Amino acid sequence: MDKFGYTISKGRQIDYDSNDRRIAEYIYEREPSFRLCIECGGCSATCTTGNFTRFSLRELNILIKRGENEKVRQNIRKCMLCGKCILVCPRGVNTRNVVVLARQAFQKSDDYAV
Amino acid sequence: MNKHVIVIGAGVAGLEAAGQLSRAGIDVSLIEREKMTGGHLNDWFKLFPDRRDSREVKDYLEKFTNNDGIKLLAGIEIEKIINGRGGVKVTTSEGKELIADALIVATGFDLFRSSRKEEYGYEIYDNVYTSADLEKMFRKGKISLHNGKSPETIGIVHCVGSRDEKVGNLYCSKLCCVTAVKQAIEIREHLPESKVFCFYMDMRMGGAMYEELYREAQEKWGVNFIRGKVSEAGEDINNKVIIKVEDTLAGRPLKMELDMLVLMAGMEMSEGGRKIAGLAGLNAGENRFFAVTDQHYGSNRSSVKGIFFAGTCTAPMNITETISHSRAAATEVISYLNNK
Repeated sequence: MDKFGYTISKGRQIDYDSNDRRIAEYIYEREPSFRLCIECGGCSATCTTGNFTRFSLRELNILIKRGENEKVRQNIRKCMLCGKCILVCPRGVNTRNVVVLARQAFQKSDDYAV
Repeated sequence: MNKHVIVIGAGVAGLEAAGQLSRAGIDVSLIEREKMTGGHLNDWFKLFPDRRDSREVKDYLEKFTNNDGIKLLAGIEIEKIINGRGGVKVTTSEGKELIADALIVATGFDLFRSSRKEEYGYEIYDNVYTSADLEKMFRKGKISLHNGKSPETIGIVHCVGSRDEKVGNLYCSKLCCVTAVKQAIEIREHLPESKVFCFYMDMRMGGAMYEELYREAQEKWGVNFIRGKVSEAGEDINNKVIIKVEDTLAGRPLKMELDMLVLMAGMEMSEGGRKIAGLAGLNAGENRFFAVTDQHYGSNRSSVKGIFFAGTCTAPMNITETISHSRAAATEVISYLNNK
């Protein structure tokens, strides 16, 4: 079929009903300030990693909240935990702890998967 | 005997409250710490959203202070406030004692001191200005950089000192978004070759004709709007301001070199208001503005009998709201005096 150029496109929508938001729940519970993000992008603007690689903490935050975990799983390790983002955040989100908790949550879910 | 009311502060709120009271036949003492009345109107050139000259509003308000029923005490500080059975007794810096049946506090707001937001470089870099600095340039009719030249690229930062836990101000100052839009238009008017960029977190255009002004800025004046909070500004060897922001809608960090950076300073409880709070035993609310007895129907009332509030000493307000709030304060005072 490839020859004819036919492919089946996967749906682009966020499937909110079936997405797994347990990673988000894990973080909300342990770092309630995670709920305060208003997606201003201050963290991503100041982020050293984000200026050189495709890493945006703001984007990862929203993807976690939507349960779009795959992209987060791949990217969350890029953070160097320098904490500049915490200095910038106008909502006082403990962004570094969000990253640490996200990593923990993924680790746990991977452990269970095995 | 005529009733007597003291109004503290002769900005928009104080002038309007005093005018209303005097027209109702009440004697008013209007006390102002500055030599000039009009408050922040003196610092602004044109007003949003219709861009009329602030002097027109000032003229309207001051018309009534020339009234016989209003005694203006300008350049005067207040040293003591005692609230007793016989009324309110105020002692001025000249040692004069005034006794009144009621007191209206109209101490207004201070603009956020932008140098507190060090990462934006105000008073550190040469070409970082505030919204108030820009108004002075508009009044003079010339927008110029530190070296006297005209800027070609201008960035405007919204929410400086507002919605920012880092400076302890969680609230939205409400007026800075529309001020940014108004000033962006004025820059484009003055400098047709210039490019203007507004960096915002949310565009809060919740006032009469604000959204229309926003549209006009896009459509007629080509103002650019980029959604992202500026995280920091730096200065390069050519005196240009380099900013870092995430273009959140494009999902990528953005760097821009600007000739001029303008900070939209928010509103804070005034220093004068804090002093009066201490003297009169008035409480501050969550955002450090004066606490009113009820957000819905007590927005002019304080917890102290005989003391009322008018205007932005209670919350950020535009001029229209301030005038309405001050008229309401006058009404509250009149009904208080009639039932006393």
